[in-house]
Amino acid sequence: MSQTDTVTDTGEIASVSGPVVTATGLTAQMNDVVYVGDEGLMGEVIEIEGDTTTIQVYEETSGISPGQPVENTGEPLTVDLGPGVLDTIYDGVQRPLDVLEDEMGAFLDRGVDSPGIDLEASWDFSPTVSAGDVVEPGDVVGTVPETVSIEHKVLVPPDFEGGEVVEVNDGEHTVTEPVAVLDNGEEVTMHQEWPVRQARPSEEKFTPTEPLITGQRVQDGLFPIAKGGTAAIPGPFGSGKTVTQQQLAKWSDADIVVYIGCGERGNEMTEVIEDFPDLTDPKSGNPLMARTTLIANTSNMPVAARESCIYTGITIAEFYRDMGYDVALMADSTSRWAEAMREISSRLEEMPGEGGYPAYLAARLAQFYERAGRFETLRGEEGSVSVVGAVSPPGGDFSEPVTQNTLRIVKTFWALDADLAESRHFPSINWTESYSLYKDQLDPWFEENVAPDWPEERQWAVDVLDEEDELQEIVQLVGRDALPDDQRLTLDVARYLREAFLQQDAFHDVDTFSPPEKTYEILTAIHTYNDEAFAALEAGAPIEEITSIDAAPRLNRIATQEEYEEYVEELEAEITEQLQALY
Amino acid sequence: MKEYQTITEVSGPLVYVETDEPIGYDEIVEIETPSGEVKRGQVLETAESYVAIQVFEGTEGVGQDASVRFLGETLKLPVTEDLLGRVLDGSGNPIDGGPEIVPDERRDIVGAAINPTAREYPEEFIQTGISAIDGMNTLVRGQKLPIFSASGLPHSELALQIARQASVPEDVADEGEETEFAVVFAGMGITQEEANEFMDDFERTGALERSVVFLNLADDPAVERTVTPRMALTTAEYLAFEEGYHVLTILTDMTNYCEALREIGAAREEVPGRRGYPGYMYTDLAQLYERAGRLQGEEGSVTQIPILTMPGDDDTHPIPDLTGYITEGQIMLGRELNSQGVEPPIDVLPSLSRLMDDGIGEGVTRADHSGVSDQLFASYAEGKDLRDLVNIVGREALDERDNKVLDFAEAFEGEFVDQGFHTNRDVEDTLDIAWDVLSILPKNELSRIDEEFIEEYYEGDESVAGDETETEEAEA
Repeated sequence: MSQTDTVTDTGEIASVSGPVVTATGLTAQMNDVVYVGDEGLMGEVIEIEGDTTTIQVYEETSGISPGQPVENTGEPLTVDLGPGVLDTIYDGVQRPLDVLEDEMGAFLDRGVDSPGIDLEASWDFSPTVSAGDVVEPGDVVGTVPETVSIEHKVLVPPDFEGGEVVEVNDGEHTVTEPVAVLDNGEEVTMHQEWPVRQARPSEEKFTPTEPLITGQRVQDGLFPIAKGGTAAIPGPFGSGKTVTQQQLAKWSDADIVVYIGCGERGNEMTEVIEDFPDLTDPKSGNPLMARTTLIANTSNMPVAARESCIYTGITIAEFYRDMGYDVALMADSTSRWAEAMREISSRLEEMPGEGGYPAYLAARLAQFYERAGRFETLRGEEGSVSVVGAVSPPGGDFSEPVTQNTLRIVKTFWALDADLAESRHFPSINWTESYSLYKDQLDPWFEENVAPDWPEERQWAVDVLDEEDELQEIVQLVGRDALPDDQRLTLDVARYLREAFLQQDAFHDVDTFSPPEKTYEILTAIHTYNDEAFAALEAGAPIEEITSIDAAPRLNRIATQEEYEEYVEELEAEITEQLQALY
Repeated sequence: MKEYQTITEVSGPLVYVETDEPIGYDEIVEIETPSGEVKRGQVLETAESYVAIQVFEGTEGVGQDASVRFLGETLKLPVTEDLLGRVLDGSGNPIDGGPEIVPDERRDIVGAAINPTAREYPEEFIQTGISAIDGMNTLVRGQKLPIFSASGLPHSELALQIARQASVPEDVADEGEETEFAVVFAGMGITQEEANEFMDDFERTGALERSVVFLNLADDPAVERTVTPRMALTTAEYLAFEEGYHVLTILTDMTNYCEALREIGAAREEVPGRRGYPGYMYTDLAQLYERAGRLQGEEGSVTQIPILTMPGDDDTHPIPDLTGYITEGQIMLGRELNSQGVEPPIDVLPSLSRLMDDGIGEGVTRADHSGVSDQLFASYAEGKDLRDLVNIVGREALDERDNKVLDFAEAFEGEFVDQGFHTNRDVEDTLDIAWDVLSILPKNELSRIDEEFIEEYYEGDESVAGDETETEEAEA
């Protein structure tokens, strides 16, 4: 968060109750950032009534007492944007956690402020404009190698007027030194600030047509999400939300990943922090951290910062979108964010809406997801922000307000299922409840880039799984043996779809990432088994013999093969041979 | 220190006092009743002319004539290594008749959050000697793994078995490192009888020497329960990160803790959340549960086993629900298994350990561990489904394969899970027994296990319906 030294006004604390503090004698606007108490704890103005200003404080308020000063900076909550945001781990108000650790040790103390990016560090600036060029807001004036993967584009801030470039400063500079000066006196530096609650401007929003490849079969294969799309992952605890989110952060083919751990477990964030630097981005071959920024506001960190971390994250995502990158943002979990809103709201004694959540819950959720999309940036490039939000419904009940309000907005729904998780079917995405409304607009891409019959194969799989679902109801009543042979065979095929195709082992070195080509191969291999088995059945082969050929169970092993093409080819030949030998 | 005799309102556990100086939020307060009794409390809300105080020891005897002293600091606990072997009440006063505690340090009981960058990811296997845990829901050092129980289920026995048996296998531990745990035990609102059960076992096994016990009994003031776990965790953190102990913290019963939170919330007339529990209960519980883990460059660790009883056996009740969203898994006890006499009655299907994957495998437990565990889960889940079917159509209607799955489920409960509260199995035993029961299934059903391990460990014969070999059970 930016350090603002200017103090526009000073007031006095009138009362303290948890994270909510009221002050008197303070002139302030809504959402101004203030420093509270002798220790200067950061807070934000959330209500103004007469002379009384109500503030949510982003740090613990123990020991703070009435009479202590409150200083207003007169500026809204902003993030620092510039090179150095990637490969960094922040708390909910964009303080780098490693800087905090240096300053206060292993336990988070309070009253320490730090800019979001290192203002002293210098970067090698290569201009792409020269004196005499005319630039407008959003235009690129030069680039900086931010990480091994990402070239950081230095943009004319959206709130500038623009004009003719009169001076360009090549070479090493700190982020606060001007790298380009315009004729109206505006100085472009590598450092920008932007208020988190305000979306960064863009030219236009398009319909997304390209998939965000996740490397997860059930997602790419059955319920794809578009680059610039939105998705929700609701599920009860233990159903694998976090692993699913982390898989997306690791393997999705976005240029930039913003991962927000909002009110989640400390050890989980540590896992991400430890794992990501060692993992390789499948697209570039560079360390994953080189394209990632993490925001970690664990469940025991102050609740107000949990409310703000979602905004911090999306603003960073928009910044890289403006450079023309495809950004994927994972928020785990949006329910904790909603609960933080509820907690603050109840301290303000606002009239509660459904489930005790504030009446503006739906509006806030919609505003957040609406900041996703495929955009034309101010300078006419394309960039996108895809948003995947985990939802943690109390008791796994999807009818609760956060899930319902989210589903009204997002277009992809990956419903996690406790029963699947209990039988260790992972990812536990329920194939009958989940949906993707992007399917049709993404089909042309899959047809062109993976296989021309991709939509047909997918539909075949969906049909078989649907049929299984119906048959299972009968089986529950009469037993499998009572079914006619062809239906028993369908159940057998469906089982392979579930075990060989839908299930995927996130902890297996090979299986953790399944490129779309492999996803397609597995599907067609099962389809081959299906066709050959039904042919054998029609030719009079007994069902018991068909379902017990020893090649078929090897379908389950395709997923873990590195050289899968050859394996699939041999396996298909063998299945065909064994089945044809039966008649 | 100024003394006030300006109490304006007493309501349940809350006292409102008029003040003429600024009082800090969370500060500690002493209230002296006219009869000379001193009660402690904490500032819940502070404004220019009044403060709201929650009184730990109950408000009996507090009236407008009581005097109130503000101590000018937040609640602190004296900590020292000498706490080991001591029994304290819910507010941290010794009740074992032992000597006065001479503190090395006084620590704020509201611990600060650990910076995620300073944590070390927990991945050291803890052997509890219980197959259902070690084999399928493995616990690691620095994890927080609650036991979800319900009234009438033997959660205390299970917690004691863990406390007795938990150790780190020597080849996993660093050289010369202590493989046993120090235990910090916090009882909140438990009955004297339950407390005795724990104390007797601690004394009998000699574990007391390595334990610190905090007891808030059922007839102790409810509000005191909100500080008891914080005291216990402050002690645990001190022992772990200052003195280098590996600490196992048992908190029982979290349901009583949450009831106390609700009581305070109701007294303050707060807008209630689900089922009347305060809206900030998630944050509050997180501030307890998150005080577990390891720190980079520090010897010790804090492992947490909170116990809670699910009202009405309902795991969607706010207490287990919010807990499950914070902790790294849960061990679920099953009423049905308990009535079948399975000891410990761990229902493995809804149980989970999120940190298991990094704590097991080659060089730690055994290379086949992960596959075996997945297979047990998958096949047992299928077996349970089939049981429902058998109730309708009878076993005869099932084919041979399904019958084997049923046999497996039977053997799994009877041999793998039901080991008794006094059997300590090492992880090799656990995995061998797992293979015994898995070998009932046909070989090609074992799709979760790598082929090389099936070759190595599978003992069944595909043509024979079941493996009847009894597994050796060392009942102690």
